[in-house]
Amino acid sequence: MGDPVTVTPAAADLIRSLRGRHGPLMFHQSGGCCDGSAPMCFPAGEFRTGSSDVRLASLEVEGVPEPVEFWMSTSQWELWKHTTLTVDVVPGRGSGFSLEAPDGLRFLTRSHLA
Amino acid sequence: MTRYEAPDTYQSRYDHFIGGEYVKPHHGQYFENPTPVTGETFTEVARGTAEDVERALDAAHGAADAWGRTSVADRALILNRIADRMQENLESLAIAETWENGKPVRETLAADIPLAIDHFRYFAGAIRAQEGSLGEIDDDTVAYHFHEPLGVVGQIIPWNFPILMATWKLAPALAAGNAVVLKPAEQTPASIHYWLSLVADLLPPGVLNIVNGFGVEAGKPLASSPRVAKVAFTGETTTGRLIMQYASENIKPVTLELGGKSPNIFFDDVSAASDDFLDKALEGFTMFALNQGEVCTCPSRALIQQGHYSDFLAAAVSRTEAIKQGHPLDTDTMIGAQASNDQLEKILSYLDIGRQEGARVLTGGERADLGGELSGGYYVQPTIFEGDNSMRVFQEEIFGPVVSVTSFADLSDAVKIANDTLYGLGAGVWSRDMNTAYRAGRSIQAGRVWTNCYHAYPAHAAFGGYKQSGIGRENHKMMLEHYQQTKNLLVSYSTQKLGFF
Repeated sequence: MGDPVTVTPAAADLIRSLRGRHGPLMFHQSGGCCDGSAPMCFPAGEFRTGSSDVRLASLEVEGVPEPVEFWMSTSQWELWKHTTLTVDVVPGRGSGFSLEAPDGLRFLTRSHLA
Repeated sequence: MTRYEAPDTYQSRYDHFIGGEYVKPHHGQYFENPTPVTGETFTEVARGTAEDVERALDAAHGAADAWGRTSVADRALILNRIADRMQENLESLAIAETWENGKPVRETLAADIPLAIDHFRYFAGAIRAQEGSLGEIDDDTVAYHFHEPLGVVGQIIPWNFPILMATWKLAPALAAGNAVVLKPAEQTPASIHYWLSLVADLLPPGVLNIVNGFGVEAGKPLASSPRVAKVAFTGETTTGRLIMQYASENIKPVTLELGGKSPNIFFDDVSAASDDFLDKALEGFTMFALNQGEVCTCPSRALIQQGHYSDFLAAAVSRTEAIKQGHPLDTDTMIGAQASNDQLEKILSYLDIGRQEGARVLTGGERADLGGELSGGYYVQPTIFEGDNSMRVFQEEIFGPVVSVTSFADLSDAVKIANDTLYGLGAGVWSRDMNTAYRAGRSIQAGRVWTNCYHAYPAHAAFGGYKQSGIGRENHKMMLEHYQQTKNLLVSYSTQKLGFF
């Protein structure tokens, strides 16, 4: 079984760029309607994780000095845990309070059977 | 059929609407707004930041006190006049909304705009009829309960029904006497401004303020401001939680509508006769394609009882394949464009994982290229998966024209599968036996159970979620109280002291 979360080169580029502008980062995978099922990227600590969350990965991204934690709610992970996730990036028009939206880009979670 | 031309009602640029006038964004920046119909940009919109939100909050606080003391008759009259203006411009509003969002004009003409009009009228009536209460504590003591507005509220609107969802939030808030700072979705920031061009003169300056921009730049300063008395949000779970976290810092209430994974349950007796009811049920199945599936209550899980499974599903596949996909401004078109490119990409990623998990594609399953100018638009074929409720396409809101089908044995099995989800917003139950339908409806953990119907949204039927689907009930007079404080005057009519001191 591979890493539960990986990032594509394009997503790594965007993470490096956002890190340069916003400081240390984190992800929380969303669920529900509208922009649900998308990974939300915040300044580290902006979104308060708690006992209802699980940290799936501490992503090592070249050029980013600290690991980027990737979180999901535990109840959602119960339904997702037979899959691995790849954080990719596509042209897009915003989503929640995620940091990359003003760049005209959206992080996108692609999934694979573990 | 009618094929409307692309609207010429939009301006080439929109600023923020603050204090009754349009004002330029503090940092002078704008972002492009494409139509999902062709992917081409048709206007640009102010890119708001915290400074713009503060300015809007200043205007709202300046207006809130007088608006809150305006008589309910006068407030109701204004809401009714807004409805009248919308009625007079129904067609142009519908075309503008279709161009903004990509949905077929037959839906905006028959649903989005008429429902929004009725919503303003409903809350105009509801506020007139609302009463406080009094309790006679004893012969000398009376507890009076008054409804008071909260003051200034923040509202963050989704992109799937830009005008209707704004109306669901605005009508009760304004009726209750609040001033509003509203942030439209950055995917659909423009149609609310066309709507505003029709009604802006009816509202006192500062009562309604619209700040456009991205979530992180404009939504966050609004949601986290200590100057808003309440935040209303429709969207997804992570942002919903973040908004609750911000609200907790200020000890402010929120209402949240966060989506679902709604089951649509078809009992065997639906197929007991080949009649109008069966025809209606098959349409009910096909409702997963309404608004391209971009509905929080999309019936995206179809549970079909084993006895009629094969026959009903075969008929449902045929019905789905008869959906006419085409130009959204053609009145014959039944399904239009997804609202944005990232939404399209997300749906395609679910078509991929559905196949990987072994779900069978019964029809659809691909992006649709409609040719010509529509090739740049964001179109997906209506898709039916057959599989198991544990698969991710059964558990996550895809927000596209995708339904996942499985079978069930009996009532208890149906309820078990229906409730095996993190969410609880909508559900559908179809049966000719009203006892079965009643028992199923009462057992499903969802805020709205359509019974022998689906996707009806009349004002005066409460709408909101169980479980992780959110907090609060819109679309009903009870929403007024989500925008009101309770003031209790506890009055003694006795002239005698208690005797303690």
